[in-house]
Amino acid sequence: MIRTVETQVLIIGAGVTGTGIMRDLALRGIKCLLIDRQDLNAGASGGNHGLLHSGGRYASSDTETAAECRHESDLLKRLAPQCIDDCGGMFVAVDGDDPEFAENFPEACAKAGIECESLSIAEAKSREPQLSDKVFAAYAIPDATVDPFRLTLENVNHSMQLNGSSFMPHMQLTGFEVAQGMIKYANVLDTRNNESIRIAAEQFVNAAGCWAMNIAQMAGCDDVSLVYSKGTLIVSNTRITSGVVNRLRPPGDGDILVPGGTVSLLGTSSLTIDDPDNIHPSIDEVDRILSEGEAMLPVLGSSRFIRAFCGVRPLIRSAGSASDGRKASRGFSLFDHEDQGLGNFVTIAGGKLTTFRLMAEKTGDLVAARLGNDKGCQTATVPLPSGGVVHWSEPGLAARNWCKKADPSDLILCECEMVPQSSVDEILLQAPGAEDHMSLKAIALRSRIGKGACQGAFCSMRVTSYLYDRGVYEDNEGMLMMRDFVNERFKGIRPVLWDRQIPQMELAETLHCGMTGLDLVNKKDEPS
Amino acid sequence: MKRGYRHIKTRLAVIGAGIAGFAASIFALEKAIPVVQLGHTGAIAYTTGYLDLFGVSEAGIIDDPWAGLEQLRRTEPEHPLSRLANEDILTAFEIFTTVLSKMGIGYTVPGSENLHGLLPAGLIKPTLSVPATMLSGIKAMRRNEKTLIIDFEGLAGFSALEFKANFAGKWDQISTHKMSFPGLPSGQAYAETMARAIEVADTRQQLAEKIIQAVNGEKYVGLPAMLGMHEPDEVHADLERLTGLEIFEIPTIPPAVPGIRLREMFERVLPARGLVLEPQLKVKHVDFADQKVHLFLSGPLEDLEVEAETVILATGRFLSGGLNAGRNGLDENLLDLHVSQPPTRNDWYRLDYMDRRGHAINRAGIETDIDMRPLDVNGRPYSDRLFAAGAILAHQDWVRQRCGAGLAIATAYQAVEAAGRFLHG
Ligand SMILES: Cc1cc2nc3c(=O)[nH]c(=O)nc-3n(C[C@H](O)[C@H](O)[C@H](O)COP(=O)(O)OP(=O)(O)OC[C@H]3O[C@@H](n4cnc5c(N)ncnc54)[C@H](O)[C@@H]3O)c2cc1C
Ligand SMILES: Cc1cc2nc3c(=O)[nH]c(=O)nc-3n(C[C@H](O)[C@H](O)[C@H](O)COP(=O)(O)OP(=O)(O)OC[C@H]3O[C@@H](n4cnc5c(N)ncnc54)[C@H](O)[C@@H]3O)c2cc1C
Repeated sequence: MIRTVETQVLIIGAGVTGTGIMRDLALRGIKCLLIDRQDLNAGASGGNHGLLHSGGRYASSDTETAAECRHESDLLKRLAPQCIDDCGGMFVAVDGDDPEFAENFPEACAKAGIECESLSIAEAKSREPQLSDKVFAAYAIPDATVDPFRLTLENVNHSMQLNGSSFMPHMQLTGFEVAQGMIKYANVLDTRNNESIRIAAEQFVNAAGCWAMNIAQMAGCDDVSLVYSKGTLIVSNTRITSGVVNRLRPPGDGDILVPGGTVSLLGTSSLTIDDPDNIHPSIDEVDRILSEGEAMLPVLGSSRFIRAFCGVRPLIRSAGSASDGRKASRGFSLFDHEDQGLGNFVTIAGGKLTTFRLMAEKTGDLVAARLGNDKGCQTATVPLPSGGVVHWSEPGLAARNWCKKADPSDLILCECEMVPQSSVDEILLQAPGAEDHMSLKAIALRSRIGKGACQGAFCSMRVTSYLYDRGVYEDNEGMLMMRDFVNERFKGIRPVLWDRQIPQMELAETLHCGMTGLDLVNKKDEPS
Repeated sequence: MKRGYRHIKTRLAVIGAGIAGFAASIFALEKAIPVVQLGHTGAIAYTTGYLDLFGVSEAGIIDDPWAGLEQLRRTEPEHPLSRLANEDILTAFEIFTTVLSKMGIGYTVPGSENLHGLLPAGLIKPTLSVPATMLSGIKAMRRNEKTLIIDFEGLAGFSALEFKANFAGKWDQISTHKMSFPGLPSGQAYAETMARAIEVADTRQQLAEKIIQAVNGEKYVGLPAMLGMHEPDEVHADLERLTGLEIFEIPTIPPAVPGIRLREMFERVLPARGLVLEPQLKVKHVDFADQKVHLFLSGPLEDLEVEAETVILATGRFLSGGLNAGRNGLDENLLDLHVSQPPTRNDWYRLDYMDRRGHAINRAGIETDIDMRPLDVNGRPYSDRLFAAGAILAHQDWVRQRCGAGLAIATAYQAVEAAGRFLHG
């Protein structure tokens, strides 16, 4: 007999949009179940630039989107300051860039309501000393950065506290059962044990990012049409600039450098692809991003990069946009699917991290109206509370806490980021989505583990030992999870392997293969 | 203060202080060739202590490394081990392990089969020779003996439960016990500290008592490697005497005792046997004049110039600084020797990290002729006086093939033989 789970609203996709909708609805008193086929931020929300757009980027081409960003970024700075570094930003043009584009920039910003201050070259260089000598125009704009991990964790945390809404990771939507114009059940597969489950709900929300088109098709809807645009970014091991630095030209590769705590992120490339799955950053993309980035900030040529990653932007297909991801709309669309003959299904697609709250509001309005709830959206006024356990994803925080507590029996498991075993304990006990057999990947997602200079070489072994020690695993499951973890991380490390990263990689491989034997571990049913 | 200057003359200079460098010095001393060894110790402190010859091929674990090498000669004729004869490799191994044992760290005699060396996470490593302190664990595992594995509070990265869980199905009779190490304050503990502490008889006595209390019918007891730094065999024997049990060490993740032990022993004992060792200096520059090779080093207080007739380059790979990986290609750091390498950076690594075939970058390196002389792009020796040995060599993947020490020892042997022929010929 197939197990059935009931909820008022089922949300599919635990990125920033899905978790934002969860909180929006929970604030209206509506109970939600959020599922993801993997884990929090497994999609674009875990693979983006973390730029809280002031709107400057879109000012020259799309005033409406620019104004939307301006408005939303202002709200988030006030309501979720713990997730934001209000570091400011700059647009710079370098020799070879179109002077006319640069000249028109202040006016375009003004139209979208974005403050834009013209800087002398000397002033720009005193703010950002690493700027190239070839900069000929510079403007300051109110860009900021946002930690998407913190944001989703806090969204989920708050929703759970508000009304017992819940989150189930590793639940893959496989289809819907429809009767009389309504979805009755969502069919879901628990990917850890292959158990099939049915979820009954009054309303079904598709927030599956670039997979939203597939999900809509599973419900028989052919109205969602997306273009997949892959973007790749590289992460340096130090923070290179104090604020965001944008290239003042029509968007291209490697033209934004965004600080992220103690590191900087350079990106992005934009490549239209056919299949949003099984993507990895390529060496070619990295080289392109880097050579473009060097034009603004020559120091990038000799910087140490510790990782590359990529994500897929789901862009709404509009006439003439099929071939170039950058020209397709950056706006979002809400599909009520009523013309498709369904009365309790909605899809939200497109958009940006910066506008996630607005996307959640629009979705929440529709769902609430259908449920006869007239409480109204609260997310534009109620601050996002700062939950305790989600703290560990903030760079440096683990180190500060450990020093504060200074309990000598609390062993450090990750020396690069100073993550002690007590924080792993806390994650195991309380983090949203924590379960008995938590994987190294899941712990890494909720902490700084594996994000330091050793790239997980040592901490993967120490944390695995610790989990065994706590009795989390009883057979070689922990070893297999460690293998998955290092394999996954490798995809991001591979494209930035040169110079000082090579000795690090060589040591990691020696430890993982020679010292641990990971290359020879087998699943029970795998041939040896 | 005025900077000092020192000039040393020698017949053979060895650059590098890894297994290959030390093996080269040992072989040279055995042949009574005056030798100077230069290099700060690097990777050696990381090793498990096992001396691998050839443990894994793409087909899996190799039990008979000698037959494995015969096979390798057919499938990978360019592999440095393929180009040496089994008898020579065995001779090199025997001399090396005999000298190690004489110097104070007992090693097992290399045999016809690989041993299944125990790894900290509960898997095995096929290896040819192991420290005597680790042998009874291998025996206990093979016979599925009732065994107690002990781990210590505060020693991160070593868990008896992990060891047991991963041996499940192969070695079922394991029980585990966690204890504090006698006399250490609570908190982060390091194997190195324990190894030095246990050399004190009193600490050993206390540990023995704790072990006796912990056992429950087991005859074998496994501990993370920490049985002394300078006289492991004595510490081991004494602990067995005090407990009446068969005790063995299990390697730990770095920084680990078995490697530090080797390094400290080499640095202590080899100079007494005639080696001129400059262990903390890096060779900055090498000059090949007509009849001599000049090596230049600079220490904190003085400059050093070594005038040698022959040189063995054993500077290792990227981790040790022998090779360098620029964004546009690989090069050799000291002499800018020709490096055999994949065409582009894209070919260095496969997409799948754990791919059993390994990564092409690990097979990049220096090519040599049969006398271990590095070759230039056109296949000609760089110099008649220059030889290379160890991990820096091309066409091998010592990590995946489990042949690190074997490669280092066997090629060092070959290099010293060739240098000897040059010097005497
Ligand atoms: C390279 C890049 C850089 C970007 N930079 C910025 C930036 O700087 N600033 C900004 O504002 N925006 C940026 N964006 C855009 C932003 O990241 C996205 O708009 C946002 O993260 C989308 O979130 P989402 O929740 O809608 O989708 P996602 O985060 O993709 O979430 C979708 C989720 O659905 C899940 N899912 C898929 N299929 C199923 C299924 N069958 N069953 C269950 N779950 C399923 C996935 O696992 C995934 O977790 C960037 C995007 C990219 C790709
Ligand atoms: C984590 C780890 C575990 C290992 N475990 C095992 C094991 O279980 N079994 C096994 O058989 N092998 C093992 N090894 C391998 C073994 O220890 C050696 O690394 C390997 O055999 C290669 O030896 P090598 O002497 O050629 O190079 P290395 O050991 O890399 O030594 C090169 C030396 O050259 C020196 N050097 C470089 N440039 C200069 C310069 N310009 N001037 C002076 N000196 C210089 C370096 O400082 C270093 O001392 C392990 C290695 C590591 C890193």
